[in-house]
Amino acid sequence: MGVAVYICHCGVNIAKTVDVKKVVEEIEKMPEVTICRDYQYMCSDPGQELVKKDINKYQPSSVVIAACSPRMHYPTFQGTLKEAKMNPYCLEMANIREQCSWVHEDKERATEKAISLVKSAVAKAALLEPLIENEVPVTPAALVIGGGIAGIQSALDIAEAGYKVYLVEREPSIGGHMAQFDKTFPTLDCAACILTPKMVDVARHPNIELRAYSEVEDISGYIGNFKVKIRKKPRYVSEEHCVACGDCATECRLADRIPNEFDHNLSKRSAIYVPFPQAVPLKYTIDPDRCLMITRGKCGKSPKCVDACSANAIDFEQKEEVEEVEVGTIVVATGYSEFDPAQKPELHFNDLGNVLTGLQFERIFAPNGPTSGELVINGKVPKKIAFASCTGSRDKRVGNPYCSRVCCMYIAKQAHLVKEHIPDADVSVYYCDVRAFGKGYEEFYERVQKEGVHYRRGLISEVYEEDGRVHVRGEDSLMAEPFDEGVDLLVLGTGIIPNADSNEMGQLLHISNSSDGFYLEAHPKLRPVDTVTDGIFLAGCAQGPKDIPDTVAQAGAAAAHVIDVLSKGKITIEPYNAVVDTDLCGGCRICESLCPFDAHHFNEEKGVMEINDTLCKGCGVCGAACPAGAISLNHFRDTQIFAQIGAVLND
Amino acid sequence: MTEESFEPKIVGFLCNWCSYAGADLAGTSRTKYKPNVRVIRVMCSGRVDPLFVLKAFEKGADGVLIAGCHPGDCHYMSGNYKTRRRMELMRRMLEQFGINPERLRLEWVSAAEGARFAHVVNDMTEKIRELGPSPINGGATDE
Amino acid sequence: MSKPKIAFYWAGSCGGCEVAVVDLGEKIYDVVDAFDIVFWPVAIDTKYDDIRNLEDGEIEVCFFNGCIRNEENEEIARLLRQKSKVMIAFGSCSHLGGIPGLGNLSSRDETLDYVYRKTPVSGNEGGTMPCTTCVKDGNTIDLPALRTEVSALNDVVDVDYYIPGCPPPLPVIEGAVAALMNGELPRKGAVLSTEKTVCDECDKEKRKKMVGKARRIYDDDVDPSRCLLEQGIPCMGPATRGGCEAACPSANMPCTGCMGPPPASQEQGSRMVTAITSLIGVENEREATAEEVAEALASLRDPVGFFYMYSLPTSFLKRRYNDE
Ligand SMILES: Cc1cc2nc3c(=O)[nH]c(=O)nc-3n(C[C@H](O)[C@H](O)[C@H](O)COP(=O)(O)OP(=O)(O)OC[C@H]3O[C@@H](n4cnc5c(N)ncnc54)[C@H](O)[C@@H]3O)c2cc1C
Ligand code: SF4
Ligand code: SF4
Ligand code: SF4
Ligand code: SF4
Ligand code: FES
Repeated sequence: MGVAVYICHCGVNIAKTVDVKKVVEEIEKMPEVTICRDYQYMCSDPGQELVKKDINKYQPSSVVIAACSPRMHYPTFQGTLKEAKMNPYCLEMANIREQCSWVHEDKERATEKAISLVKSAVAKAALLEPLIENEVPVTPAALVIGGGIAGIQSALDIAEAGYKVYLVEREPSIGGHMAQFDKTFPTLDCAACILTPKMVDVARHPNIELRAYSEVEDISGYIGNFKVKIRKKPRYVSEEHCVACGDCATECRLADRIPNEFDHNLSKRSAIYVPFPQAVPLKYTIDPDRCLMITRGKCGKSPKCVDACSANAIDFEQKEEVEEVEVGTIVVATGYSEFDPAQKPELHFNDLGNVLTGLQFERIFAPNGPTSGELVINGKVPKKIAFASCTGSRDKRVGNPYCSRVCCMYIAKQAHLVKEHIPDADVSVYYCDVRAFGKGYEEFYERVQKEGVHYRRGLISEVYEEDGRVHVRGEDSLMAEPFDEGVDLLVLGTGIIPNADSNEMGQLLHISNSSDGFYLEAHPKLRPVDTVTDGIFLAGCAQGPKDIPDTVAQAGAAAAHVIDVLSKGKITIEPYNAVVDTDLCGGCRICESLCPFDAHHFNEEKGVMEINDTLCKGCGVCGAACPAGAISLNHFRDTQIFAQIGAVLND
Repeated sequence: MTEESFEPKIVGFLCNWCSYAGADLAGTSRTKYKPNVRVIRVMCSGRVDPLFVLKAFEKGADGVLIAGCHPGDCHYMSGNYKTRRRMELMRRMLEQFGINPERLRLEWVSAAEGARFAHVVNDMTEKIRELGPSPINGGATDE
Repeated sequence: MSKPKIAFYWAGSCGGCEVAVVDLGEKIYDVVDAFDIVFWPVAIDTKYDDIRNLEDGEIEVCFFNGCIRNEENEEIARLLRQKSKVMIAFGSCSHLGGIPGLGNLSSRDETLDYVYRKTPVSGNEGGTMPCTTCVKDGNTIDLPALRTEVSALNDVVDVDYYIPGCPPPLPVIEGAVAALMNGELPRKGAVLSTEKTVCDECDKEKRKKMVGKARRIYDDDVDPSRCLLEQGIPCMGPATRGGCEAACPSANMPCTGCMGPPPASQEQGSRMVTAITSLIGVENEREATAEEVAEALASLRDPVGFFYMYSLPTSFLKRRYNDE
């Protein structure tokens, strides 16, 4: 019975500023305390042995360890209790190192504070109750949202480990942004050569269910047991019958009339299209916003695509389909969007023909792009080219204070490609810093400089047109002189921004967005792939700007986490959850809308609230809102906290 | 109690994920600050029931500090917003109770802001020292 | 054998509780049959000395209504406690301090000054103030002094049971009287009503709650079939013990909380504050400034006066302090 208390010296880390003997003396006086000891290093093996022996001898109802932060060693001492056959939640720690001995100098006052913190821990410990961890079974399947390189990599890794994967991609084809590139920095490998085989693997893998042109509509449930509604948009083309001959697109009445988004509007397509020839799945799609049959109900005498299709694949009656699947884990790999330079009116992006974004310029080099890979802009070969780095990145005025991490390097890559196509081109990069942080990046940057690309330090502050040329104006901050150059082409180093629906998706998934709008990892250093919602992991640019190597690495890590969960077959959940006393709940339904995890369920019949303890993460928001006092939080009960308040105030 | 010898007693409620971690960081960085705050760890600032604040004042606290994650960073998405709203009304209520609302302080401290935590504690300690002991704590009453 | 004795007393009260007893109607005869009413200032002529002359514990049950506002209230409370076996705090004022308890937001001097000098109808040109002794025609009359603060009954004497309400609703009184007559009283200290909240008894339709802004009951688009709180009308029902059969919401008036806090609540006012502020939304909350948050909550006026309408003297902080 009672509380067993251990005060750690942590070598001299604690003992130097806190008079440990004095603490023991004071704590021993507390009526709740059965035994109080001090020891050099509580977390060491002999330290833990000491606790175990005492548990066997004194059978305390709870244990207090006064040492370092519970964020550091709570799990360690829980292990000690478990080994001594004691419930691991009958443990409280007093943080007398990080929050006492390390931050105070006056020994007397540090000791006084330590005593107060230990008393608070004892007061709480005396009221602790054994808690039982919940175990739930795991559905052995995963959902991957987004079919860019991140989603593709995760899906393949998980599928290879033998688990079923649903890969949901919003666009008609997987591939993401990488599919738009010709070469990738810094090695200049051909993007298609490394990406398309993976895309084909996805399509062929027996464990992967590809849901392209589909979106996730609803997610409910929790780790191990998510229920996902996938909405498949109608292509108006039977995937089964379409053989991708393309005859329909050639014949379409709107052929070459619709801006092609895959080429960032640098080319035109038909109303029935594939985004690019290597698309997976390679099936045609009718653009419902443009097709005359769909928008007007009529396309000449008869739709030309239907006439052209010898496979009879076109089906205007196709409807969207909603499918519900069950998965144990989710990988969010929804990638990024490109910054819209129209947000910076001084760049005149939309009014001038010779200003391109980074992704547009990628398409110019692509053999499947608008110019079939020829460096021709508006019918002319540009001779003088300027790049503007940090467009929409590190720019508080447009609300993006962060660095997009790829622009410096893709500018270097594109500058190199310009030189490769037009060796005598005059290429200048206007930059404010060059960030070449990755493996081989600095070397690549040097190489590009050696190839004759001029780097001028100074951001472009104004763009205007004169004599048919684009002029860039600004100040060279190294030379401390203004510049004003007329160029044939200005390429903006447009940054990476979160997708427009990232907040909405965050809510759907019950995961947070950090202040930049990307999804928030559970810990910036130690848990960069997890989210706060158990069972949901992040991969690629959805979590923040990064290059392809980092994207692939994170995607692999996310897959490893998924496989870890799925392979266990069941998972345990921390029992810090909220519990409703149904004898007291008046059914006001106030708590229900407050829960960030939708853990509440109103039992209409009984008129009381119920909380699903697997969904509840124990934040306590509902407990602090129940006006009847009917909700209590395991391990953070009102009575326990009141006891702590009383103890620290010497009550 | 004379002005100089008055050491404010402050109860601090820190959320586990940001502010408590921030306070730990102040420790690992050996940033020194005043020993007047007694920290009680909760999972989220949203766990801090106004009841706790009143209880602390009732028991004689000279000040109450609540620290949580910055807006948008709450580990549970929106707990800190609820705290902000609750404490806004609490401040108005303290005023009606004749208690200086400065005695209740809500701060955002991230896991990376050890120095900021130290600053908040020092600043609050000094402000409360200026205010003097809580009127509930044997301070001045009406008559 | 003589019938057991009972007493009724009113301390700082409005008289409503007395009316509630009379509202028992014919049932009062059962009480009269079973008990001998020895003291009931509002209805029968007895003097304090009659009580002083009783043996300690001679009164079986005392129903005490009204708060402890002046010294006389306190003195008689002690006297009745001494003479009674069972002391029952009857009505919100003796249970929690009641509406007079809001007087604790002012000091005694402020209250007296306001009541005797500042109210538009006082007409007290000479500025006469009440005093505790007064000599008239050679006789000295002692008057009770106003206490510095209002207290509930259990602040001055030990209380056995509480009958909540302002005034206690009939079914609650009937239940209590029946329990008393049948000797079925629960453990000491119990509040003789239900354990659930008013919402449990309120038959308005309750949905998952989301509140925009606080509104007033007289706003024209209030739907009487739906929970008032959901429509932005501050209703104390969720933070209030039931037993009244949700009398007020049933009449489309928000509950003001007279039945006091439910068993696990500890503090009626702050519990409701946390509930209501949790529900009131703020637009674009991440970017919102402190001012915008304050603005969103501005419609909740006089929070202490509203949320502690009946329970201020028994709340954690009890009264106003003076923080220079
Ligand atoms: C101009 C430019 C050049 C670059 N060049 C290089 C380079 O040379 N080398 C290099 O290493 N990196 C380069 N990068 C960075 C590279 O693009 C990224 O690292 C990589 O594409 C990230 O992959 P991802 O899968 O995370 O995101 P994405 O490629 O954006 O893929 C995300 C996928 O998810 C889909 N999606 C989004 N939302 C949803 C939803 N709600 N439901 C279903 N599906 C959804 C999208 O349609 C898309 O297919 C460059 C970036 C830019 C802007
Ligand atoms: S807030 Fe409390 S009383 Fe209301 S429904 Fe939830 S648990 Fe029940
Ligand atoms: S404690 Fe938090 S997570 Fe759990 S039910 Fe309550 S609000 Fe939801
Ligand atoms: S109207 Fe009042 S008492 Fe009725 S359910 Fe709503 S909050 Fe509860
Ligand atoms: S509804 Fe509320 S105010 Fe009305 S009688 Fe019931 S408890 Fe009292
Ligand atoms: S977890 Fe820090 S405020 Fe919610």
